[in-house]
Amino acid sequence: MAFELPALPYATDALEPHFDKMTMEIHHGKHHNAYVTNLNKALETSDMAGKSIEEILKNISKATPAIRNNGGGHYNHSLFWKLLSPASSGSPSGALAAAIEKKFGSFEKFKEDFAAAGVTRFGSGWAWLIVANGELALTSTPNQDNPLMDIAEVKGTPILGLDVWEHAYYLKYQNRRPDFIAAFWNLVNWAEVEKLYNNALK
Amino acid sequence: MMRRREFIHKSILATGAVVATGAVLGTSSQGYMLQDAITNFELPALPFALDALEPHIDKLTMEIHHDKHHAAYIKNLNKEVEANKDLQGKTVEQICTDVSKYNTAVRNNGGGHYNHSLFWSLLSAKGGSPSSTLAKAIEKDFGNMEAMKNQFNDAAKTRFGSGWAWLIYADGKLKICSTPNQDNPLMDIADDKGYPILALDVWEHAYYLKYQNKRSDYIAAFWNVVNWEEANKRLNLAMKTK
Repeated sequence: MAFELPALPYATDALEPHFDKMTMEIHHGKHHNAYVTNLNKALETSDMAGKSIEEILKNISKATPAIRNNGGGHYNHSLFWKLLSPASSGSPSGALAAAIEKKFGSFEKFKEDFAAAGVTRFGSGWAWLIVANGELALTSTPNQDNPLMDIAEVKGTPILGLDVWEHAYYLKYQNRRPDFIAAFWNLVNWAEVEKLYNNALK
Repeated sequence: MMRRREFIHKSILATGAVVATGAVLGTSSQGYMLQDAITNFELPALPFALDALEPHIDKLTMEIHHDKHHAAYIKNLNKEVEANKDLQGKTVEQICTDVSKYNTAVRNNGGGHYNHSLFWSLLSAKGGSPSSTLAKAIEKDFGNMEAMKNQFNDAAKTRFGSGWAWLIYADGKLKICSTPNQDNPLMDIADDKGYPILALDVWEHAYYLKYQNKRSDYIAAFWNVVNWEEANKRLNLAMKTK
């Protein structure tokens, strides 16, 4: 079965003014769509066809660059859309809030460290909060790689991801990546992050 | 005495090199010693107006690309130069050639400075076509101009993420390659090494305001603003010295 572009769980203008409508439209309708199309094309000639996207990523060292780039692109963006919400609670609660405090000292410090991972990723890539060996950790990956991939320097289960490709923010923020990252905190779907955290611990 | 900016600009034109001002310390033609020992790279002025490349490359993109992105690479490179004596007095070409000796910040920002300085010099609103030396070399090594452009376009389109496409001169031949991020073919770490003759920035910041996800359209537009005169000069220089 071919992969399909998932619908956005909100309107393209729902994240205004933090993420603008045109960026969301192109990011989802063009960039993500191209990853899905190119992934399906690349899988036509691969014995990985029919496997889940997670299964493909965990064995990505055995795949072609086209599957790595587009498979990563499809997974990362599908996750990213779910991690955003026009009705963000602004901060985590429950077990996740406690784990963040324990690992980073405070929620504020966590945000600083996460932002630093995003700002210092040179070129295109992603910043991540992951669960590895039952603990929270921060990392970043180049291009469309992610921490599920067997080739990742730091491996784990992503529970929060931020796209820092210029296409994610250039129309609104141009060269000001830190402003884009600051705006992101207004949109995090913490209920979803908590769900992913709890699942990752199981 | 020549002002620094002027000196640097003339150096770019003369040799394709961008020189740290530390390199001009010493006795000048007027027997005057520069007192300021701080080694600083400076942002070269664009050799054309910000809107000169319209409609192919838009004014706002040029403004941000030059005044913000390129300026940031220089600022960050200068921080590294100030902290590392080995870098002081070196040209950015020399820094690139030995880049494996230095840290990631030098690689990224040194590459960013070299690549953008070169890129501006290779753009022009005048259009035109390759002169005889370059045209002959393209015919010899690619068959014809269309074949060269097709290979270059492919390199630019298939560079995943951020990077550059290049026409380089290496081992007596022209060839096409691409590099990730701000790496370039001068770098000792590059997969394909050589002297850059043509360069195209395919970071999204180079085209996103006007072309968004349509990188192919930006690449097609690039051919309308190539400074063939400069490319030809670079090839002549490379043939003599490389």
